[in-house]
Amino acid sequence: MKQLPAPSQDLRDYLPAIELDRQVSDWGRSERVEGALDKTLYDFLYHYWFRCDVEGIENVPADGGALLVSNHSGALPPDATMILKAVKEEHPRPRRVHLTVEHFFKGNPLFSMLVPKIGGVPAHPANVQRLLYDEGQLVLVFPEGRKGTEKLFKDRYKLRRFGRGGFVEAAMRAQVPIVPIAVVGAEEAMPVFAQLGALQRLTGLLYFPVTPTFPHFGLLGFLGYLPAKFRIRFLEPIPTDQWGPEPHNDRGLVQRVSDEIRSRIQDELYDMLAKRQSVWY
Amino acid sequence: MPPARRVLVTGLSSFWGGKLAQTLERDPSIETIIGVSPDDPTCELERTEFVRVGTQHALLRRIVHAAEIDTVVDSRLIVDSTTASARAAHEANVIGTMNILAACSGPDSPVRKFVFKSSAHYYGCEQDDPAYFTERMQRPHPPRTRLERGIIDAEKAVLDFAARAGAVTVTTLRFVNGLGPDLRTGHTRLLSLPLVPSILGFDPRYQFIHEDDIVGVLEHAVREDLPGIYNAAADGVLVLSEITGLLGKTPAPVLPPWGTGLAAAPLRRLGLDLSPEMLRQLRFGRAVDNRKLKAAGAPLRHTTREAVQAFAEHLRIAAIRSGEAEPYHYEREVEQFLRYSPSVRRAVERAAEPPR
Repeated sequence: MKQLPAPSQDLRDYLPAIELDRQVSDWGRSERVEGALDKTLYDFLYHYWFRCDVEGIENVPADGGALLVSNHSGALPPDATMILKAVKEEHPRPRRVHLTVEHFFKGNPLFSMLVPKIGGVPAHPANVQRLLYDEGQLVLVFPEGRKGTEKLFKDRYKLRRFGRGGFVEAAMRAQVPIVPIAVVGAEEAMPVFAQLGALQRLTGLLYFPVTPTFPHFGLLGFLGYLPAKFRIRFLEPIPTDQWGPEPHNDRGLVQRVSDEIRSRIQDELYDMLAKRQSVWY
Repeated sequence: MPPARRVLVTGLSSFWGGKLAQTLERDPSIETIIGVSPDDPTCELERTEFVRVGTQHALLRRIVHAAEIDTVVDSRLIVDSTTASARAAHEANVIGTMNILAACSGPDSPVRKFVFKSSAHYYGCEQDDPAYFTERMQRPHPPRTRLERGIIDAEKAVLDFAARAGAVTVTTLRFVNGLGPDLRTGHTRLLSLPLVPSILGFDPRYQFIHEDDIVGVLEHAVREDLPGIYNAAADGVLVLSEITGLLGKTPAPVLPPWGTGLAAAPLRRLGLDLSPEMLRQLRFGRAVDNRKLKAAGAPLRHTTREAVQAFAEHLRIAAIRSGEAEPYHYEREVEQFLRYSPSVRRAVERAAEPPR
């Protein structure tokens, strides 16, 4: 994570006004594309395919910025869209969640069209800072990043390293709470049996997984989710203003908080898995 | 600092230089406006004095000293690499800027303010860019084209000048792409086509600034003291599909995502010159954070959307109105007569007289 220069003055008063006639936000998010997907694919997946169970939605603040932090899995991760949908469906004040994605998507011809339109924002610290601090929005990050979606089925629900704690730093800088999320079910929805490094290099994709439906059913196989039961648990928010001014400069503290959040999600996952009687219902 | 009284505008023949001079003329508190450029002015000017000179610093220095210029607006930066060869652009952007700065520096220089019109090409256009560039950010990768390198070098020279000449207020304005009825740039040419070429699979974010706001921001920098670097852009960021929608055009993804530069070559034959900077913008898009400039009180009257709408209105009636107005043509003798003949009565003088 690169170092950001500190803003010299509070410029939040000078944010551009929202233009109501527009259907696309300044981030490139399109109401029309998102709405169409939401009414069809997301609705179906959320209610009928994954039958999402949501707990603790009240831990997502009703206004102001917050950083949602979740575990991550699945080759084409269904957990991201399901968390977005959960906040939209279950929260008393439905809020839009922005999703941080790899810079890879901006350079890929197909994804660069689609990903920003459904709420993806490149995971640049400046973008996260603007969304959280200046605009007061909800941002979802997966600190495991690629390491989470690459991992094989045998390693399921074992959290990878949480980066270098960049997400904690971002939340501290923006002075917003961190809401940890534990998701169960995504690992079984699209189990990854192997990663083919040679094909990954050949295709230039982020990774080249072998799942029950990919690659033998082609690109559509990427959507071949198994109907695992999803359980999404929003945990109690962690305020970041409890450590005095500018805690983000304390590397040790950032690492400690990052590890703490990681173990909280991990513990919660074990708890949910212990209580789960079946993968499918 | 006393307000600007005696202004020198470089690049008077450019759209921005000419429009700025026109605007400043209307203000009686500005005593003198001198425009320099190697080419003829392209718009009608009443009292601006035009001196045909390039960027030779010895000559400029004499003008600056003789006319006791207190404010210099450098508006001649070349930002479109299709309008000039790489060598000419380098000559104008790097060497030209250094010469003009040399003409303004020195302990006995009367210059108190220097306004430099730069470009958002300073930031480049990359895959791992932030969604909004702020003034303090550096571009994540070294410059890709000679034009970009030239702009960076020119800004560096301006920054050095600001550090050395402590008494001079130095303003650097990084403008995003301009849009408007009178402006001719690579992007206005692209958006005027019935089918707007784009790169297959990309829908880049774009930010435009209305041509009136370009002039307004420059004028604001002349009037007020804005030390430092400012991004000059309109509010709002549109994606290309939104822009073509507002213009009532059809996007034509004729450029392939791979080998885009090669595919642009036949288009170049057809007369559509896509500069490498434009191709990168068509791929990754770019937006800047304009809040520092807004906090400084600059008049930004149009959003990006309104700028595009104004351009759309212009396009709809352009075909009907073509050939209506005679394009302005500079005639030295006529301009000299209008300025210096005792027979000419200025509008200001006429207004001051009591009606007969």
